[in-house]
Amino acid sequence: MSLLEVRDIHTYYGDSHVLQGLSLTAEKGKLIAILGRNGAGKSTLLRSIIGFTPPREGTIRFDGKEITGLSPYRIVKAGIGIVPQGRRVFSSLTIREHLDIAAREGGDGPRWSPDDIFSLFPRLQERARARAKTLSGGEQQMLAIGRALVGNPALLMMDEPTEGLAPIMVREVQRIVKEIKARKLSMVLVEQDSAFALRLADYVYIMSRGTIVYESEPAKLREDAEIRSRYLGV
Amino acid sequence: MKDKTGLVVALVLFACLIVVPPLLPTFYTGLVTLILIFAIFAMSLDILQGYTGLASLGHAAFLGTAAYVVAILNVKVFKGPHFTVELIAGILSAAFVAAIFGLFVLRSRQTYFLMILLASSMMLWGIAFKWRSLTGGDDGLPGIARPNLSAIHLNLANTTHFYYFVLLFFLIAIILMYLVVRSSFGHTLMGIRESETRMQALGYNIWLQKYLAFIVSSVFAGLAGVLLVYYNGFVSPSELHLVLSAEALIMVILGGSGTLFGPAIGAAIITLIKNFVSGYTEHWMIILGAIYIATVVLAPQGVYRLIKQLMRK
Amino acid sequence: MEALVVENVSMDFGGLRALNALSFSVSVGERLAIIGPNGAGKTTLFQILSGMLTPTTGRIFAFGKEITKLPPHQRAALGLGRTFQITNLFFNLTVLDNLLLGLEATGHTRFNPVRPVSTYGRLLKQAEEILRQWGMWERRDVPVRSLSYGEQRQLEIVLTLSQKRSILLLDEPTCGLSPEEAKSFTAMISGFSRDFTVLLIDHDMDVTFEIAEKVMVLHYGQLLVHGLPGEVKSNPRVQEIYMGAEE
Repeated sequence: MSLLEVRDIHTYYGDSHVLQGLSLTAEKGKLIAILGRNGAGKSTLLRSIIGFTPPREGTIRFDGKEITGLSPYRIVKAGIGIVPQGRRVFSSLTIREHLDIAAREGGDGPRWSPDDIFSLFPRLQERARARAKTLSGGEQQMLAIGRALVGNPALLMMDEPTEGLAPIMVREVQRIVKEIKARKLSMVLVEQDSAFALRLADYVYIMSRGTIVYESEPAKLREDAEIRSRYLGV
Repeated sequence: MKDKTGLVVALVLFACLIVVPPLLPTFYTGLVTLILIFAIFAMSLDILQGYTGLASLGHAAFLGTAAYVVAILNVKVFKGPHFTVELIAGILSAAFVAAIFGLFVLRSRQTYFLMILLASSMMLWGIAFKWRSLTGGDDGLPGIARPNLSAIHLNLANTTHFYYFVLLFFLIAIILMYLVVRSSFGHTLMGIRESETRMQALGYNIWLQKYLAFIVSSVFAGLAGVLLVYYNGFVSPSELHLVLSAEALIMVILGGSGTLFGPAIGAAIITLIKNFVSGYTEHWMIILGAIYIATVVLAPQGVYRLIKQLMRK
Repeated sequence: MEALVVENVSMDFGGLRALNALSFSVSVGERLAIIGPNGAGKTTLFQILSGMLTPTTGRIFAFGKEITKLPPHQRAALGLGRTFQITNLFFNLTVLDNLLLGLEATGHTRFNPVRPVSTYGRLLKQAEEILRQWGMWERRDVPVRSLSYGEQRQLEIVLTLSQKRSILLLDEPTCGLSPEEAKSFTAMISGFSRDFTVLLIDHDMDVTFEIAEKVMVLHYGQLLVHGLPGEVKSNPRVQEIYMGAEE
């Protein structure tokens, strides 16, 4: 049984039919990457899974239980964590406060306490008492990741974690994603930087216009220049 | 296709409005007259609030000032009706108040804008209340005569004739306001509502645009004030009071902020409730409050948008 | 005459000195890239140049005219255009309405309170041309809040460029764009005539070094290096604080 099973979901944004019959699976301990152009619906997919924009049709099962249509907090309690696009930190809370309120007892899988986050991100420890709005973009991204980890999810979803970051920060975040993967946390990664995604992923899905148009192991995709240029433009 | 439906509905409503006096008893004709007046008032507030994004609890300042100016001219100066002068003076006085208030009120941010405007408006109420010799204080000024239009065979003392008189101004006002919100000027007001910083970066003088919106809005509110004082034959400080401003605000939100026609519907609903329900129970304010809460919870986008949504299905 | 001159500009926020005694100039037609770690003061500099913030000290000149105290809309009239790092569009209005507001700003139509916008044939045609050019014509009636993030970032750029202002402040324009779109964007900017002066903040090094003729590095509000792209790229200090070691 897969950890996450998305079956034929249709999600609407108002009247707009964004996800048109999408299915995928994520296995325990693996990292799946979701690639595709802007407007393909990648963010909407993550939002459908976490419950912000629930699908109108189709089902989503996590760890054997159906989670379609549940409120987001229930889905998080079930063990899914998300690092949303654009970081979305709480500007008036300090780093320490972020980690304290997001900390949860988890289920199986690797665990992170606020202190574990500080050793993973030494820079956050230096600025533990700083309010989130005074942090630079890269520091906010690290905080957003730490905040998700400290909830001890069984599945971590990340939406474009390196977007808008300075090159040095991009490398830092990529290093961290590698580290998290090494600890065998199951992950779903949405990325524009396909090179990085292909290096880390165990399995790759490509989205276009609200459905999956291609899926394979990364090696196969790396060799298929035609698919890459058609759906990713690289 | 979409526009045609709107036009058809408008024509149907217009036809209904024309046949009100012959079909309904005088009481209802008078009631619809009042609805038309408040519709103008609510729509004028929508230009400021719904389109420009400047929420106001001081809109009665414009209506009340126009009402008082007409009353004072009518009762104290001309000692009888003098329509053209009263109409122009009423509207200009409302615009004048907007021109003065606008200078200091528009410099402030959201909440401060609301508070300062509210306070300035209540200051006018205070003046009307205190200046007994001019305004009659809290007794108000009674005995305001409706304009003498015998030259065109209209006797405005007759409810039906007065109704058509108001209907004419209502049509002029609604058409003009409609043109304003569909114009380039109206377009820039919506831009300001959505993002002042973007408008500035694009090269718009947002302070000037807001000032003009303020004045345009006050002109129509002033017109409503002139018509209201002829309707009542009487003016009192409540025409300047916060309660009236708040009622206008509720009409706008109930009807649908930023839709222009929505607030007219809101005006109809509120006026009908006030006048009907108060006939059956003295607790009509509770009913009004309950309806307002229900709207905000169930249809915060307003009645007008709700109707459009239902029509699409 | 220089397009922009920044003279000894500092910016204090309470106790924090976001920019410290910054001085530099930009020639007409130059492409200047401003790079530096997050929080180095790049967007603050743009806020000051565009008039959203007044510097604590220092002066700014555009085409020889002092603009230090000039309000934003007058700077736009002088020829200053900018995009925003955090998408700043008219979210409840349609794509077409957004673009029209950009085009209406340069005429006098904005003061006409009676003529419907739908009757301005020339404006509508202009808008259609621009939207078709960018492949956004089919989305013209979609409210901006319903667009995907990438589409919004595209519109952010289109809106600013449609006004054809002569000094362009582009704040992370490729953030949110796909690699393909970033490439088209780069080609487009590189193809602009010398009538346009471009200041670019972007974290995409390919885009930056493709477009830039000069590069300026900010670090904690200070000017660290200002020179040719090759020099800056190979500067060890810059590599240390910004680029990170090659893997």
